[in-house]
Amino acid sequence: MKELRLMKGNEALAEAAIRAGADAYFGYPITPQSEVIEYLMAENPVERTGMVVLQAESEVAAINMVYGAAGCGKKAMTSSSSPGISLKMEGISYLAGAELPCLIVNVVRGGPGLGTIQPSQSDYFQAVKGGGHGDYKLIVLAPATVQESVDFVKLGFDLAFKYRNPVMILSDGIIGQMMEKVELFEQVPRATEQPEWATVGKKPGRDHVVVTSLQLQSEEQEKVNLRLQAKYRVIEKNEVRYETYDCDDAEYLFAAFGSAARITRKAMEMARAKGIKVGLIRPQTLFPFPVEAFNKMADQVKGILTVEMNAGQMVEDVRLAVNGKTKVEHFGRFGGMIPNPDEILNALEQKIIGG
Amino acid sequence: MTEEIIIAGFGGQGVLSMGQILCYSGVMQGNEVSWMPSYGPEMRGGTANCTAIISDKPISSPVLNAFDTAIVLNQPSMDKFEESVKPGGLLIYERNGMTRKPRRTDINVWAIGAYDESLKMNNVKVFNMIVLGGFLKIKPIIEIENVIKGLKKVLPERYHKLIPLNEEAIQRGMSIITQEHKA
Amino acid sequence: MSENLIKPENLVYKKTEVLTDKVMHYCPGCGHGTAHRMLAEVIDEMGIQGETIGVAPVGCSVLAYNYFAVDMTEAAHGRAPAVATGIKRVFPEKFVFTYQGDGDLAAIGTAETIHACNRGENILIVFINNGIYGMTGGQMAPTTLPGMKTSTSPRGRDVVTMGNPLKITELVAQLPGSYFVTRQAVHTPANARKAKRALKKAMEYQKLNKGTCLVEIVSNCNSGWKMTPVQSNKWMEENMFPFYPLGDIKVPQE
Repeated sequence: MKELRLMKGNEALAEAAIRAGADAYFGYPITPQSEVIEYLMAENPVERTGMVVLQAESEVAAINMVYGAAGCGKKAMTSSSSPGISLKMEGISYLAGAELPCLIVNVVRGGPGLGTIQPSQSDYFQAVKGGGHGDYKLIVLAPATVQESVDFVKLGFDLAFKYRNPVMILSDGIIGQMMEKVELFEQVPRATEQPEWATVGKKPGRDHVVVTSLQLQSEEQEKVNLRLQAKYRVIEKNEVRYETYDCDDAEYLFAAFGSAARITRKAMEMARAKGIKVGLIRPQTLFPFPVEAFNKMADQVKGILTVEMNAGQMVEDVRLAVNGKTKVEHFGRFGGMIPNPDEILNALEQKIIGG
Repeated sequence: MTEEIIIAGFGGQGVLSMGQILCYSGVMQGNEVSWMPSYGPEMRGGTANCTAIISDKPISSPVLNAFDTAIVLNQPSMDKFEESVKPGGLLIYERNGMTRKPRRTDINVWAIGAYDESLKMNNVKVFNMIVLGGFLKIKPIIEIENVIKGLKKVLPERYHKLIPLNEEAIQRGMSIITQEHKA
Repeated sequence: MSENLIKPENLVYKKTEVLTDKVMHYCPGCGHGTAHRMLAEVIDEMGIQGETIGVAPVGCSVLAYNYFAVDMTEAAHGRAPAVATGIKRVFPEKFVFTYQGDGDLAAIGTAETIHACNRGENILIVFINNGIYGMTGGQMAPTTLPGMKTSTSPRGRDVVTMGNPLKITELVAQLPGSYFVTRQAVHTPANARKAKRALKKAMEYQKLNKGTCLVEIVSNCNSGWKMTPVQSNKWMEENMFPFYPLGDIKVPQE
């Protein structure tokens, strides 16, 4: 039997990083994700696997350390929470531009600005629409359980290396702080060889490797952009992940990701008890977005309510996906407030069924 | 079986660890569990609370606004969570330091003098285990042997010698809790 | 007749293979080319081309990765010491250097510079100080001298409103993590040879994991200073060197 533990989301994620064979973690403390670096420092993985952990002088430095290590073909990662992720955005854009694989974890708290340390999902746009400068995409994974916080670390590194693209885990204060039962996967050995694009020292007979996001010739930069876009289309084709709940007979549909999806399931149970046939689609990948799944459900249901801990962000992607076929409304609480199942059910009745 | 519990009190009363022990004990007997703390500045000496859910089904929301059981260990916590108990639900409060009794008449109210009992045991650190014992007396959702297994998981090895003391605290809690109101 | 001369035994100089054959984009008269060559020759002589990873900055030397025939990473503006930290931490056995200008190292990247040096990262930082932003067209740098005219200090640097030039090399020398800190120049053959010796020392210390080595090279910017190369070198000697005196600032106590 695999190892079963009761763990906090942040700690489980940190343990998963060690087990996924990560080579390096660079981070800077910020609530509500400091347990990631605290766990790693206590665990001292350099003795377990040789994984390096360093507390950087800032989020800016941390993401650039990731850039350096990722350029060496190593499995590198960082984690932070919203204000810290804003600081990392410069580096994230460079990582995307230089096509370097890495894992970035955002345990989202409410904003804007210093905002609140309480849970939120208000960094959806930042994660899936860019955030940094330039036309780029991150692969964005949204865990809804502590178990997924573990599993998505491994999946994230796999996808990052498969596509040479930064991957973001968009967690939040609830998933990060809560404890649940988790099954930990077996230790994956750290890689002993690096890909040929990595800076490992020039080998005789091969040209020197350059990791860069700079192309001074517009013609060359356009080629880079076209190559990136082609890659994103492949990712959209191959890597969509989502879960559906009670969708077969659904007349109405909820759409929610991460912890909001957990709370929405409670509202679903209440709705079903009242005889309302409502289902739920929970995107696990926010980029690529499950466009097809929503488009298909739009033929079946009378309306879709997105439930988000923000002022209405994913709702835009759901609207694009259904392309006017059905009504799409948003219900959200924000600023660190968590929607409760009663008000979610009420919003469904007011905005979708009665609206 | 699904038991949705809020445990609230001062930081230092062992509120968060009590929830963790409860959840780990649930894991030991094969239940689904979730534990969600309040976090932030209130962690540092102010009020603390956690939501613990133990169920034989997968748990949907880890955060709730209505609970089967509220365990309140100081007055601000009673003020905050008395209204959150579901009708017919359970409220357990610690006698020490309370300035008023619960007002609800549609819930079951039990009281425990865990602080005084911990003084009798010459160890205020077992306060939360006395409370836990009281809870398990009324809602025996977890076998004591599984609580002991849970404790072994939560406590570092060097504290395992304290497990008999904790077990005694649980037993004392079971014997001293008293009913104040029946719904 | 001439073809008879091209024989191995007649060879008096050969460009190091640690420099590529790419034509450098640097302005004629600029010190970057010489500084590149000194560093490349050190890497060549030490036989560490295959174990060296360099980090290029943002600034005039942004394209340094095209000229050094070693594996190179292009960093965001000012972040080279953090990028180098990331590289060195996952490849502690490799030789890692950054090559940075004054704006990159002493303005936008001050935090990364100070903290990498304070941690004593086993890297070499090559710092080219010409007192001006060359690539973006001659704006004021953190090291621009008092009274010096630039496109963003057209009446000369007024230290009251624009701040003082930052002697970051002296600052770095005070940090416990820095091991060897020196200030050199490459505008004369004698200076270039001394600079090369300093770079070699630094690389050798890196092999011994002694801490951060920083080699500042006070250099000219004839384009940005709006002078001929000869004038700019003279101006550098008369104005830059008194403010940024050449020589070792921190040497190992052994």
